[in-house]
Amino acid sequence: MNDLLSLRRVSAGYGDAVVISNIDVGLRQGESFAVLGRNGTGKTTLINTIVGVTRQKGGMIVLDGRDLTGARPETRAKAGIGWVPQERNIFKSLTVEENLTAVARPGPWTLARAYELFPRLRERRSNLGNQLSGGEQQMLAVARALVLNPRIMLLDEPTEGLAPIIIEELLAALTKVIREEGMSVIIVEQHAQKILGMTDRALILDRGTIVHSSSSKALMEDPTALEQHLGVTGGKKKRLGHPPL
Amino acid sequence: MQDKPFMSSLTTDEVATSLRRKGRWGLGEVLFWLAAAATLFFLPERHLILNEIAIIGLFAVSLDLILGYAGIVSLGHAAFFGVGAYVAGIFAKEMTGDPLTGLAVAGVAAALLGFATSFLVLRGADLTRLMVTLGVALVAGEIANQASWLTGGADGLQGIMMGPLLGMFEFDIFGTTAYAYSLVVLFVLFVVARRIVHSPFGLSLRSIRDNSLRARAVGIPVNRRLVAIYTISAAYAGIAGGLLAQTTQFVSLDVLAFHRSADVLLVLVIGGVGYLYGGLIGAVIFKVLQDILSSMTPQYWQFWIGLILVVLVLAGRERLTERARFLAGRLFGRSAGAPRTAPAREGRP
Repeated sequence: MNDLLSLRRVSAGYGDAVVISNIDVGLRQGESFAVLGRNGTGKTTLINTIVGVTRQKGGMIVLDGRDLTGARPETRAKAGIGWVPQERNIFKSLTVEENLTAVARPGPWTLARAYELFPRLRERRSNLGNQLSGGEQQMLAVARALVLNPRIMLLDEPTEGLAPIIIEELLAALTKVIREEGMSVIIVEQHAQKILGMTDRALILDRGTIVHSSSSKALMEDPTALEQHLGVTGGKKKRLGHPPL
Repeated sequence: MQDKPFMSSLTTDEVATSLRRKGRWGLGEVLFWLAAAATLFFLPERHLILNEIAIIGLFAVSLDLILGYAGIVSLGHAAFFGVGAYVAGIFAKEMTGDPLTGLAVAGVAAALLGFATSFLVLRGADLTRLMVTLGVALVAGEIANQASWLTGGADGLQGIMMGPLLGMFEFDIFGTTAYAYSLVVLFVLFVVARRIVHSPFGLSLRSIRDNSLRARAVGIPVNRRLVAIYTISAAYAGIAGGLLAQTTQFVSLDVLAFHRSADVLLVLVIGGVGYLYGGLIGAVIFKVLQDILSSMTPQYWQFWIGLILVVLVLAGRERLTERARFLAGRLFGRSAGAPRTAPAREGRP
């Protein structure tokens, strides 16, 4: 089966600095991928490179057979790459509904379905972006990526800075999107325990290169790899993963 | 903003419904325009200044389209106003005195200049844009000064003879026809601007203003949108300039002067950016203040205008407008829009 998204020897960085180098990754349709690693290992740079907001210094990015290397971010978005950035970056002077309306594209994900996934957003549809809590902003960021009807969604540390109860709600929604809707997803996280249970595969970055690649299940059951690359001790093994819905 | 033909019907309906809801006319807005129309009948002795207010209001709306909705700051918007004024004047003098044809030509000429210079404002941030727009206006002013064979140079463009409006209404010295003409043009263009800002195109502009990097990443063609709104805004400014030339039947280098650009920015600051009515309300306040202050202290009226501006900005027009909106909400049930002091900016690439 051909990869939906394929990164071939991709290198990227900022200015003269190379942050990620020779990244080879392939993601199939409906597959979900956890990108793990400590701070500063190039996880966000990897996502930003796929989106097109970081300078790519080498290699190829191919989405469903279409070479997107050098393409502008808007071209990549139209080609089917949805992005939920680390900073959320919702449009703060637009209402919740306007945030969604401004980017809605044809496809199965409509505003109604986005509201169904995040009922809180329906309640706050007339509120401005800057009137939302951090959790609601993150939900809006995810909903906005969904109504773009992407082929693949990239989420950069979606749980960062959120309260545990909101994280539960958000991860439940994301699990639904991945498991029930079959959305192809790449999730970047520092905390493996939050996302390994909901993804198919996992890779760990260190100093801009891939140092581990396996199924998420295999990584969950490999305390040595977890401890070596992420500093997660074996004692936490039982708590890995999001509880089943 | 999206490829409509390919949009699924459900999404299309949702978007259309959402935008229709946003685009409904409020009672406050209807009353505003009824009051404006009433001045035509009840303030006959003030038609000359009302005409100026309508023109400045239209000019301010044109600036609001780029500043309030797309986040493009400009200190050279007079370039388009002036080009529109000169083109309308020269057209009336050399071709035909028909006002509507002249106005259309003025708008097209300014739009062409706007399109040509729009690419200059795509690069860089606010300071770059301020300098570039200021530079364009200075260049236009110097060209008008040097091309005295065409523009009259420092003496101004004289001998403009306007024909009757619609072949029926002669321009009179009391400014009645002029004001009615300017008011109707303002209203029509305001309705168009209102449609624009409440369309998906308008939403995409506000997204760009909020965060252009993010807007790109959700598929909005930022550069094309900015070029389009800059061109439209230039056309509006050109039409405002054309109205001034036609209704005063004189054009001087003053139409391209720096203070024109500064005044219109001032008008928007007074009225509030990003809700269209700010330009109109600001124009009324600005001209009325100017009228009152210049009759009280002819030498120092600009001092008082400056002082009022400082007080407004520091002490908070926001607070005043919040209170006004609150009262309007109590009276009419809903507000016309949300004025903003300045475009939000973050995440610029």
